[in-house]
Amino acid sequence: MSLSRAEVERIALLGRLQLSEAELAAMTEQLGQVIGYMDLLSELNTDDVEPMAHAVEISNVFRPDELTPSYDRSTMLARAPHADGEFYLVPAVLGD
Amino acid sequence: MSSLADRTATELLADLSSGRLTSVEVTQAFVDRIEAHDKKVGAFLRFDSLPALEQARQVDQRRRAGQPVGRLAGLPVAVKDLLCSRDEKTTCASRILADFVAPYDATVVARLKAADAVLIGRTNLDEFAMGGSTENSAFQKTRNPWDLERTPGGSSGGAAACVAASMAPLSIGTDTGGSIRQPAGLCGVTGLKPTYGRVSRFGLVAFASSLDQIGPLASNAQDAALLLEVIAGHDAYDSTSVDRPVPAYSQSVRQPLEGLTLGLVREHFGEGLNGEVEAAVRETVGVYRSLGAKVKDISLPHSKYGVAAYYIIAPSEASSNLARYDGVHYGYRTDEKAMQAELAAERQRFESAGNKRAIDEMDTPLVRLYRRSRAEGFGAEVKRRIILGTYALSAGYADKFYLKALKVRRLIRQDFDKAFQEVDLILGPVTTSPAFKIGEKVNDPLAMYLVDLYTVSANLAGIGGIAFPCGFSSGGLPIGVQLQAPPFEEDRLLRACHMYQQATEWHKRRPVL
Repeated sequence: MSLSRAEVERIALLGRLQLSEAELAAMTEQLGQVIGYMDLLSELNTDDVEPMAHAVEISNVFRPDELTPSYDRSTMLARAPHADGEFYLVPAVLGD
Repeated sequence: MSSLADRTATELLADLSSGRLTSVEVTQAFVDRIEAHDKKVGAFLRFDSLPALEQARQVDQRRRAGQPVGRLAGLPVAVKDLLCSRDEKTTCASRILADFVAPYDATVVARLKAADAVLIGRTNLDEFAMGGSTENSAFQKTRNPWDLERTPGGSSGGAAACVAASMAPLSIGTDTGGSIRQPAGLCGVTGLKPTYGRVSRFGLVAFASSLDQIGPLASNAQDAALLLEVIAGHDAYDSTSVDRPVPAYSQSVRQPLEGLTLGLVREHFGEGLNGEVEAAVRETVGVYRSLGAKVKDISLPHSKYGVAAYYIIAPSEASSNLARYDGVHYGYRTDEKAMQAELAAERQRFESAGNKRAIDEMDTPLVRLYRRSRAEGFGAEVKRRIILGTYALSAGYADKFYLKALKVRRLIRQDFDKAFQEVDLILGPVTTSPAFKIGEKVNDPLAMYLVDLYTVSANLAGIGGIAFPCGFSSGGLPIGVQLQAPPFEEDRLLRACHMYQQATEWHKRRPVL
């Protein structure tokens, strides 16, 4: 199976990437090959196999529910490209 | 000319402990090497001799005053630029984090500091550890010290190259699909990928969280043992780190293994394996036989599916992990005015064409901010993997790709479990061929992915592996061999590697720069 250019465009939006025309063309071709290679897996019957999401299959690791100090706001906001000392700033989200 | 930089970490540490050497002398020797050779090799993204020497002076002072010092006191260690170091840059070799200063220490970095290691510099990598040649770094290429026209492998290419070029005695790498073992093999050094959960991943910038592990690169097994002993262990900040005791690897490494049974995987010696690599690996088997090991032919029937499963699972996790780089919370952000102007021009174009549908489907300014910031901040390979992973997880494809890959992952793990009922360790090649040329595979992602053939299975299964030199090609390039062990048998890997290194000299060869 291969990948269409329109599909790559749709996925790029889902992945929050903007691709140039040249990138779109290259990506469609290269990922088409990669996904074609993945077809190899379809020759295996895995109907009765449990999926394995993790190598160490532990669950519910709890710690005591105690308050511990976190980083202060100024430390974290200092790393933001655009902030006002209290909030992260982004372009207006609601209509103009 | 013999220099302190040519000695092993274990030897240097003994002389530091006894007072025969000072950390300033040792650190200066490596600083000199870096200053002499790193312009050619490009292993370090950042290196500053002043803080390193200052740290060395402080350790010397405390040692002279008879105060307690840590287990690596005064020994230089290089760190891959993928681990957070408090109030220092942590770039992941990405433009998107070019100016990012970490607010905390990764647990491994904190442990190195507590052990009084001298943090000598930050090594280059493929952007976010995605790649096998270190060519995907946004900042510079690293060259293989054995042949400057060739790549050192990757993604821990800087970490391996700096040890090979005697620019650091010990080095921290990370391995998601072979990123410690493959560059170790291609650069002729010893590199160990621990069992998943052996070393805390806290503060390691995530690529594929169910596969990533941090591990040591060094000149030999003994030195790797020394570093692993310091970084391994449970950490409350990483709930996937496993709470079990850390053996004294640096002590036990010297004890040879008795009654060792090695497995040779039939599927590893098939089509595509370079003849010189195969010969060197088979000679390694001969060395182990002469040391009393038994050898059995075994099968890992699902190994040929490893690369396909890996390149679904790893990009899927990556696409999710990398969603955090949004141009809002930290890191690079696109020029907002230019972004707004771009949107306005688009709208005008659609309006004059009367294309109402296109206007309705236009990105909002916030979505465009994300998309442009990420488009400008990420390199080509990272983008490829985000697209690939997003695709494999998207509606309609998740069962066919992601779920299928997780099932194959279990089959791969079951193959190993079965094999380890018969053998103590699995021996095989690290890569199909010695180091490849810079630029050779950059336009062929699938060929680049297939380089990971022998290494990805250990990450999928979560087991440990060690790579070390076992010969040289006719062109003078190192050839690596890999041992793999059942979970939490790092001790067995290190001891087996040490046995071999006691009987051979390959690991002592160093390139002429």
